[in-house]
Amino acid sequence: MSAAAFPAREIALVDRLLAGGIVLAGDITLAIADIDMVQISLRALITSLDQTTRSGAAERDE
Amino acid sequence: MSAASYTYAVARPFDPAQAAGLVGVDGAAIHLVRHQDLVAVVSPLAPADANETALRARLETLAELEAIARAHHRVVAAVAACTPTLPFRLATVHRTNDRVAQLLRREYRRFCETLDRLAGRVEVGVKIYVHHADASAGAMSVAEKTGGSGSARVGRDYLQYRREQRDRRQHAWRRATTAAEQMDAVLAGLAVDRRQHRMQSAELAAAPGENVFNAAYLVDAGRAEELAARARRLGAENPHVTIEITGPWPPYSFAGSEECT
Repeated sequence: MSAAAFPAREIALVDRLLAGGIVLAGDITLAIADIDMVQISLRALITSLDQTTRSGAAERDE
Repeated sequence: MSAASYTYAVARPFDPAQAAGLVGVDGAAIHLVRHQDLVAVVSPLAPADANETALRARLETLAELEAIARAHHRVVAAVAACTPTLPFRLATVHRTNDRVAQLLRREYRRFCETLDRLAGRVEVGVKIYVHHADASAGAMSVAEKTGGSGSARVGRDYLQYRREQRDRRQHAWRRATTAAEQMDAVLAGLAVDRRQHRMQSAELAAAPGENVFNAAYLVDAGRAEELAARARRLGAENPHVTIEITGPWPPYSFAGSEECT
């Protein structure tokens, strides 16, 4: 499978992997079944990164 | 304490030479755990990282999440290129290889059925976005109209402008959703199966605009380009939406939606 026959961005990869793949349950695995938690913290991370880089612009908008 | 087992996928056996030099998470070399005509693709994970707290902490760090996702995808894609492959969810870790072998024994039939369904097939992702430009267009004309008017007039015009802006936004969203449904009907006709994903959040969006449609199509590998080309054409024909096509991917979205115990 070629790595990028169509445009595939890093975020598209993370997005796909967090929603895809078989989820196994039981004490033998530590699979991230409750993906909302990871997605929420990922979103929070990106938002905070975004605010750091754009805080100057945001303050001027107020 | 011995290393834990990061498990990437279950697959049909393949020539190990095809996976020679393949490394996974943290640069660890992969190996195979075998049961009858199934193999699990595994790499060792340091015991310190093999608990839920440590793993979750790593996944919540953007750079670590990206590194793990890239390693996971590299291994799954390499294996999927040479044999039918059932990808596991990111960060599936077993305590030992014996536990992985137990899993293969316990879920043997289920894994075989899924592998047969996925054999020779790939996934193409299609996202459709509505332009925000459609929703905010017209701001200039209102600003021009209000020039030189009294303040009450400006206030009324402003409220009217906000109402029009909201109506335009709703109209653009409805129009894009209808277009997406029509495109989906065409694309689903080319696919073996489809899955609709939740909308991508604006923060994660790689394209400008609001995500109104997010689906994955399972197609025979030989038809992936045909489906992508068709999606591109449908997107180009509609000036009100942006279409984003990704793949071909290993069949991540079709590995099984229900949990197995």
